[in-house]
Amino acid sequence: MIKVDQEKCTTCGICVDICPVSAIEISEGVISIDRGSCTLCGVCVSVCPVNAISIKRKAKTEDTSGYKNVWVFTEVASGTLKPVVFELLGKGRELADKLDQKLCAVIIGSGADKFIDELGAYGAELIYMVDDPIYENYSTDAYTSAISQLITEFKPNIFLYGATHVGRDLAPSVASNLGLGLTADCTDLSIEEEDNLLLQTRPAFGGNVMADIICPNTRPQMATVRPNVMEPLAPDENREYEVIERKISIPSRSVRTKILETISGREEHEVGVEEGDCVISGGRGMGSADKFEVLDELAGLLSGVVGCSRPIVELGWIPKSRQVGQSGKTVSPRLYIACGISGAIQHQVGIRNSDIIIAINKDPKAPIFDIADFGVVGDLHQIIPRLIDRLKKR
Amino acid sequence: MNFIVCVKQVPDTTEVEVDRESGTIIREGVPSILNPFDEFALNEAIRVKEKTGGRITVLSMGPPQAQEALRKCLAIGADEAILLTDQAFAGSDTWATSFTLARAVEKLGKYDLIFCGQQATDGDTAQVGPELARQLNIPQMTYVESIEEIDDGSVICKKETDGGYQRVKSGLPALLAFISTPAFEPKIPSIMEVMGAKSKTLSQWGIDDLGDEDGDYGLDGSPTQVIRVYSPPQRGEGVIIEEPPEVAVDKLIEYLESEGII
Ligand SMILES: Cc1cc2nc3c(=O)[nH]c(=O)nc-3n(C[C@H](O)[C@H](O)[C@H](O)COP(=O)(O)OP(=O)(O)OC[C@H]3O[C@@H](n4cnc5c(N)ncnc54)[C@H](O)[C@@H]3O)c2cc1C
Ligand SMILES: Nc1ncnc2c1ncn2[C@@H]1O[C@H](COP(=O)(O)O)[C@@H](O)[C@H]1O
Repeated sequence: MIKVDQEKCTTCGICVDICPVSAIEISEGVISIDRGSCTLCGVCVSVCPVNAISIKRKAKTEDTSGYKNVWVFTEVASGTLKPVVFELLGKGRELADKLDQKLCAVIIGSGADKFIDELGAYGAELIYMVDDPIYENYSTDAYTSAISQLITEFKPNIFLYGATHVGRDLAPSVASNLGLGLTADCTDLSIEEEDNLLLQTRPAFGGNVMADIICPNTRPQMATVRPNVMEPLAPDENREYEVIERKISIPSRSVRTKILETISGREEHEVGVEEGDCVISGGRGMGSADKFEVLDELAGLLSGVVGCSRPIVELGWIPKSRQVGQSGKTVSPRLYIACGISGAIQHQVGIRNSDIIIAINKDPKAPIFDIADFGVVGDLHQIIPRLIDRLKKR
Repeated sequence: MNFIVCVKQVPDTTEVEVDRESGTIIREGVPSILNPFDEFALNEAIRVKEKTGGRITVLSMGPPQAQEALRKCLAIGADEAILLTDQAFAGSDTWATSFTLARAVEKLGKYDLIFCGQQATDGDTAQVGPELARQLNIPQMTYVESIEEIDDGSVICKKETDGGYQRVKSGLPALLAFISTPAFEPKIPSIMEVMGAKSKTLSQWGIDDLGDEDGDYGLDGSPTQVIRVYSPPQRGEGVIIEEPPEVAVDKLIEYLESEGII
């Protein structure tokens, strides 16, 4: 229920202007909320200067007090740990210290023990390990069961997953299985001072707004976290850790999907665009497919990965998995370089969270310059080769 | 075969603008569209139905105006539409949304495949599909690009992974969440199709139709709570240079150095 305290209300009109669904009106000097269109999003509550608007929520009775520690899901891909695992451990360390709880890694796989030293070095104090051939390849069913069982037995307070293909398949399945809240694709996490809740920050509406989300009544508090935004700790082999192994056998018939074939879209261990710390994208202004070799070379010099705008995928020059933008990947690298990309809004929404955006485009009016930190107006065929020369000489 | 396609009406986020002074979203005049991923999923369902025969039901939860999106689905080729709309559903997070959709799917009865978009462009969570699959206890495949084969008992899909693609097989019923292919051109329905859609059934169901009054509907049933919404920090004004290539590259190198990148 949403309510306006008419005594407190000064009819300043801020809520009327901010309501995303235009459900609030001032008529004859009183605020009224149209229940039919109100979505109870709570934006008005947070902006009201006199706290005149309130939303009443039903309290859950579940006892959340027994839940402790910060867990990180360990994703393995082609025989190595995904970089996002180290980032989650870095952030998880900070959260665990703040709460005075333990940082734990959960590793599920076949031959999982070969990763535990590395997990320890990156800050995990406790490692929950489930090792069985059934977990050799990721499957929603087997992994959801194993994780659900671990959660039920060990009761973690916080559980973080990378917002990767696997993380975004697994986390909602677990959340739904156990009736938990889950916040998607977070770009920041912190602990609230007052009640020690996990404050989860994420972009929405194509990056046009940010939202802070909490999950007060269910445990663990779960979030998927965007790769590349958290800082890993420097690895230290002297960090001590403990391993708890659990045997969780899943009958193979309860795994209802079967991988028939794996088609590699890129070289082994090659980094995806959403994981690159430096992303260099080319658009239609590149002119032809072979010109992308220049970008590969530049990427080599800056330890970057190559991405592209949508028309490039349509032309078949680069696989779809490297498309950046609304219908492709959202990236948040330290450095994004857009070469011959006009910067249509659909492209912009995918790059807004980059630390630095550099644009090279011969059209000074290209919209990409609106969001570029450093823009070079000029012909990329002249600029990029020279840039490569200069970088090589260093 | 019976296909259910879950669709959502979303504001066209590419038209959303932020008022730089107040930091609020300007929603005025922002059109509502059918979530692009859902449109792709619906087209896949139509493509499959052409081979297998059957019936496509589109299902959406949202305010009454979401009917528009459903009408569009009917014009494109869905056979029937159901809008879940009730004051009690307002404020749903992904859990409550999937809970509500699950009740509706159960009420619909027998089905072979559920199609979802990978994500809705407003919230971008990509959670409703997998959460719905688990509520219904059916297998899921996410990041699906296309259905390669389907028969009475199973489906084979091509799905994107972090490292490339996989072909994956699943028994039926199952839930598929679709990304889209670069070649996809949304179909613009003809006048005849738009007219024809008017005679198709579009029902509205409320909480009384779904039952389970104490269920996790709406805000009360949502474990996550949005406590603050604000505009992201604006990017500072950039430097734009227009110089001969040598000079431009000098300045670019200087900039990279000053930012500590090289
Ligand atoms: C529903 C929907 C979803 C979409 N999703 C995406 C998405 O995910 N990602 C995406 O990128 N797009 C997406 N788009 C498409 C988007 O609207 C644009 O069409 C696209 O981003 C344009 O790509 P571009 O900048 O490479 O090409 P263009 O717009 O053709 O721009 C090429 C640019 O290169 C410059 N140029 C040309 N030659 C040179 C030169 N020699 N040196 C320097 N500059 C040069 C030109 O000045 C121009 O600005 C989507 C569109 C829709 C409708
Ligand atoms: N309110 C809704 N009604 C019907 N389907 C929905 C709704 N919300 C989400 N979905 C489906 O779930 C997918 C993922 O949405 P989301 O988790 O919100 O990103 C969408 O593409 C739809 O197929």
